[in-house]
Formats: sequence, C-alpha cells, structure tokens
Amino acid sequence: MDAIVIQILNGLDKGGAYALIALGLTLAFGTLGIVNFAHGALFMMGAFCAVTVQKLLTISARVRDMSVTFFEAYKETPYLELWWGDTGTTIIEYSVPLSILIAIPVMALVGVVMERGLIRFFYKRTHAEQILVTFGLAIVIQEIIRHFFGANPIPQAIPEIVSGSANVGTMLGLSDTLVYPWWRLIYFCFATVVIGGVFAFLQYTTYGMVVRAGMADRDTVGLLGINIQRRFTIVFALAAVVAGLAGVMYTPVLPPDYHMGMDFLVLSFVVVVVGGMGSLPGAVAAGFLLGILQSFASMNEIKQFLPGIDQIIIYLVAVVIILVRPRGLMGRKGVMES
Amino acid sequence: MSIQSTRKDLLIMAVFTLAVLTMPIWLDPIGAAYPDLLQKFAIFGIFAIGFNILFGLTGYLSFGHAVFLGVGSYSAVWSFKLLTMNVIPAVIAGTLIAGVFAVVIGFLCLRRSGIYFSILTLAFAQMSYNMAYSVLTPITNGETGLQLTQNDPRIFDAAAETTGLPITELFGMKLSGYPGFYFCAVLLIISFFISLRIFRSPFGLKLRAIKSNQVRMNYTGFNTRPYLLAAFVISGMYAGLAGSLMAVTDPLAGAERMQWTASGEVVLMTILGGVGTLIGPLLGAGLIKYFENIFSSYNEQVLHEIFSFLPDLFENIMVFVVNPFVGEGWHLTLGALFMVIVIFLPGGIMEGWTRLIGLFTKDRSKPDNNTPASAKAQTSEG
Repeated sequence: MDAIVIQILNGLDKGGAYALIALGLTLAFGTLGIVNFAHGALFMMGAFCAVTVQKLLTISARVRDMSVTFFEAYKETPYLELWWGDTGTTIIEYSVPLSILIAIPVMALVGVVMERGLIRFFYKRTHAEQILVTFGLAIVIQEIIRHFFGANPIPQAIPEIVSGSANVGTMLGLSDTLVYPWWRLIYFCFATVVIGGVFAFLQYTTYGMVVRAGMADRDTVGLLGINIQRRFTIVFALAAVVAGLAGVMYTPVLPPDYHMGMDFLVLSFVVVVVGGMGSLPGAVAAGFLLGILQSFASMNEIKQFLPGIDQIIIYLVAVVIILVRPRGLMGRKGVMES
Repeated sequence: MSIQSTRKDLLIMAVFTLAVLTMPIWLDPIGAAYPDLLQKFAIFGIFAIGFNILFGLTGYLSFGHAVFLGVGSYSAVWSFKLLTMNVIPAVIAGTLIAGVFAVVIGFLCLRRSGIYFSILTLAFAQMSYNMAYSVLTPITNGETGLQLTQNDPRIFDAAAETTGLPITELFGMKLSGYPGFYFCAVLLIISFFISLRIFRSPFGLKLRAIKSNQVRMNYTGFNTRPYLLAAFVISGMYAGLAGSLMAVTDPLAGAERMQWTASGEVVLMTILGGVGTLIGPLLGAGLIKYFENIFSSYNEQVLHEIFSFLPDLFENIMVFVVNPFVGEGWHLTLGALFMVIVIFLPGGIMEGWTRLIGLFTKDRSKPDNNTPASAKAQTSEG
C-alpha cells in the first residue's frame, strides 16, 4: 500500500508539469490551430525567469569578514542582506515564489510578441511548416539562453520552511515511514490551482465563453462582430504564462539548464496526443496519468520484470494510442482523426 | 521528349560525378578541402538525399530519421568487431539492418499521416535512444559508445597480427584521409544516381501524387501505403548507409547520433537546400557542415582580427554583435537562418535560385514568370 501511494505521489509532480505544458499546447492548438514546437522553450524561459530573479536578488558586495581575525578576509554578501538584514535574507530565500510575480508579465509579453511577430503568419501554412518554424524558434531561444546563462544546470534554493519532507503517511493514516518532499506537494497543488484557474476562466467568464465559441466555430463568432483574433492572441499569451509558471515552480525540483525545454517538449507532445488533440481536459488527465504511469514503471519490482520499461513507457502508450484510437482519450470525434 | 530528358539526366550525372570527385580541388580556395570535412559532406549528403526521398516526394515529415543513422553506425561497428575490418560487409550490414528497422517502424508509423506521423516517428526515435542508453547497453555500450578493441574476434582477419587498433580498409587499402573520402564519394554518386532514377520513375511520380492529394490517389484505385512504405524504407536505408559510412571514417558509434535533435538537423539540411529538389538537400548538407566548421572555430580573438580594419569603437561593437552567433553559438545562427528560410523562402536555396534566374530572364519569356513560380520550384529538377 505504501509503495503504491508513494509512486502515485511521485508521479503527481512530474504529471503536474506535463499537464501544465500540455494544457498550453492544447490551448494554442485549439484556438489558433498552431502546432507549437517552441512551447518547451517557453517552459524553459519561465525557469530562467526564476534564475534571473535569484541572480538579481543576490547581487553582492565584497565586505570584510569580521569572523576571521588573522588576516583581511572578504566575503560576498548580497546587498539586500546589507541593507535590510534578516528581511533581506528572507526575501532571497523566497526568490522562487517571488519570481512568479515577475514571470507572469514577462511570459505574457513573450507570448503576445511571439504570436503577433511570428505565429500569425503561419495560420494558413501546413502543420509541417508550423512545426519547422517553431522548431527553429526553439533552437534560437535555447541558444540565446545558453549564451547568457551557460550550459550548466543552475540549482535554485527553496524557502527553509518547505525544504524538508512532509509526513504524508501520518496525514493519510498510513505508516509513518511514508514521507514526501514538501516542495513537490506544493508543486502539485500549484499545478492544480493553475489548471483550475484556466478552466474556470474558460468556463465561467463571458470572455472564456467567447473563446470557447471561437474554438468551436471561428468564422461564426467572427461574423457576429467579435474580434476573435485578439482573444486568441490573449489565449496564446495565457498559454505562455501557464508554461512559464510551470517552469518557475519546477526549478527547485530540476535545476534548469538550456535544453530542459526540448526534453519536456517531446513528452508534452506525447501527452497532448494521448489526451486528444484539442481537448483541454484530455491534456490535463493524460498529463497526470502518464506522470503516474512513468513513476510506477520505475518501481524496482516492475523493472526486474520488464527491464528498461521506465524509459519508454510513455512513448509506448503514445504509439498504441495513436495507432488504436487517434483521437486520444478525450478527443472529440472527427477532430484530427486522419 | 524522353530521349531529351535522358540526355539531360546523363549530363546531370556527368557534371555531378565530376563535381564530387574534384571537390578537393575546387573547395580548396574556401578552405574546405581536407578529408574530414569532405567525408562529412558526402555522408550528410547521402543522409539528406535519402531524407528527401521521403519528405520531399511524399511530404511525410519524419522526426525520427536519426534512428536509422544510429542503427547503421552500430551495425557497421559490430561488423568491424565480429567479422572483418573490410568496409564492404560493414556498409552492407548497416544499410540492410537499417532497412529492417525502417520496415518495422514504417509499417506502424505510416498508418497515420500529418502531425501524427511526425509524433509517431519521434516517439520511436526517443524509445530507441532511451533504450540504447539503458537496456541495450550490451549491444550499444551505453554512454561510452561502441568502440573497437584489440581483442575483438574479427573472424576473417584473425591472421593479421597488429599492434594498436586496426584501421578500416577496403581490400588492403587503408580508408582514412582521402581514400576514405573517395569511398564515400563513390557511394554518394551511386546514391545520387538512384535518387535521380526514383525522381524520374513512375514510382517517384506516384510519391509526388501522394504528396499533392492522397485521397484522390486512393479514389483512383491506388493503395498508397505500399508506395509510402517503400519510400520510407529506401530513405531509411540511405540513412543506414550514411550511418555506416560514419563508422567507416571513424569506427565509433554513440547513441547521441539517434537523438531527435539529430533528426532535426537533417530536416534543416533538406529545407535549407530545397525540399523535393534533387540537388537541394546536398547543397543544404554541405552548407550546414561547412559553416558549422567555419563558424564554430571562430572566437572573440579571431573576430577582433577580422574587424580590425574598423575604428576601435566599431570593431568592439561588431565583435559584441557577432560573437553570440559564432563559436559555441553556431546553433543560434543555424536556428535563425532556418527560421528565415521557412518564413521567406519555403523552397530553400533552390527556390531562391529559380527566382533569381526568373529575375534575369524576365523580358524574354514574360508569360512564364507571371505564374507563381515559387511554388513550382519544388517540382523543377535540380
């Protein structure tokens, strides 16, 4: 029982990341009909927002280290600490959550610029061309990031208070040995909240209703005198923000490096296909499902039985789904079934 | 008509053969005439030609073609390890085993088209790549890569006593440096010839028809899938051949050759040169490998020397601007260039060439040039 619960928990945080990225991909595909291979790069940009914020907060001055008395020793101390003492230290500690505030406007801007500057010229082109141009864009973004931040992963600190592990076993009334890192729990909750927010926005606001109408029948909504294009652009920006947030919060789990976007991109595409192209609930469900499946496949008992299965399980599922049921788990009938 | 076009093809073949074999001479002025780079031109040329048979003719965008490259490399190295250092069995093994892989993968992937096909091939590529690193380590030697060792069996050359690692050879001729290049060049010429024949054949025409309208093909009574599968397997075998040639020039195989970004590279080459043209993919492969070589060797000092004719301030500005694009940032240039090509010149260099020709011959044949020549460039011969 413990083993099963811990595997489910393990799958949830990764699944959360998959679900968030896949949600953004599906939004872009459902509204604009764009297959965006640069979406992984947006995830990575979010992560590097966190890195930048951390770097900015820890801009340091060299000050005399008073604890060393034999000779003149210096150490780097962040300005924030010099100015505000303990408050400054706390702010630095909370750099990852703080980056969310920065990441939202930055990623929204990136999304709008990307859509207006590039994507809109590709509505009428084939999917292959869309893939190619966004693939090129992904390379460009990735290399720019590498130019500024180097090729090595940059670890991110998390606030002291959530750095330990939660005693999940006691909470659920199972054995005491069942512990799980707080941050991953937070990540899962965060993902749920963001996903819930996006769905609520689409479901319960007039704006979202119009967007959904546009997804179903763009021309008719346009004929009713609504500037559907602008709304779709904003939805694209929203997708970028979601990907960015996923990236920001994922940095403590996985130290960001310049190719993390590409690594996640392929998986998220697989997730989208498994969920069904254009189906938002499908993307989310498939994200969590595949995350959990992957963590079960990496259990030792299963690996003994089927060696190497943890590496390929997701792709295997995708292959089977595409071949047997191309519209995915929750795709609408007739959409992208060729 | 047919006699004329045969003559024209003969001419193309003759010029092409001459151009490839004299590459060490005419590439000398631009500093590209050394064996390592020439071998790369030939190998990636073969890879791109093969990819073009699938993507250029049928329009099926495979994002997992590097698998066949990797499989070809592994098979060739195993042939060196187990059989002999002669390259003929290695090349044959690489091509055939890649072909077998292509049959299996193609049979499954070709059940879907469009983006699903791309994602299926991508999924297979990632599976192979991950498995090469984990479960298949006994065959692939994992992260170290598959290498020759002195105590490999090599049942056919057991007699030869050597110290140090053996070198690949063709009936006693050592295939390193220029002989290696000429071996690749001969295979490139053969590959090009086959591709030319495919382009001119009814089979090639059917593949083009699939690209332009598969539904209509089906309605006219064609079962398109065998044709697609044949194209897929042929292009997989080209990739296997290229992979085994990589092992011939440097007997080492690693799984990073199978990563999906490597598949992306051949897509870039094909698009850059011109999808669906005969010679375009070769041009693209050559250009990318050449500039990779040139650009990645630049660093800040070299740039300062290049711009030293400018006043100091401008020199520094220029170096600052150009620096991110060279050296390690070469991929940035590649990505940007690729975007520009896809946006403005979807037919690649060959389309640009046709347009250029169109500009100069405008006054002579007006009616021809007023048609949207750009789209037709894809079907014009190389």
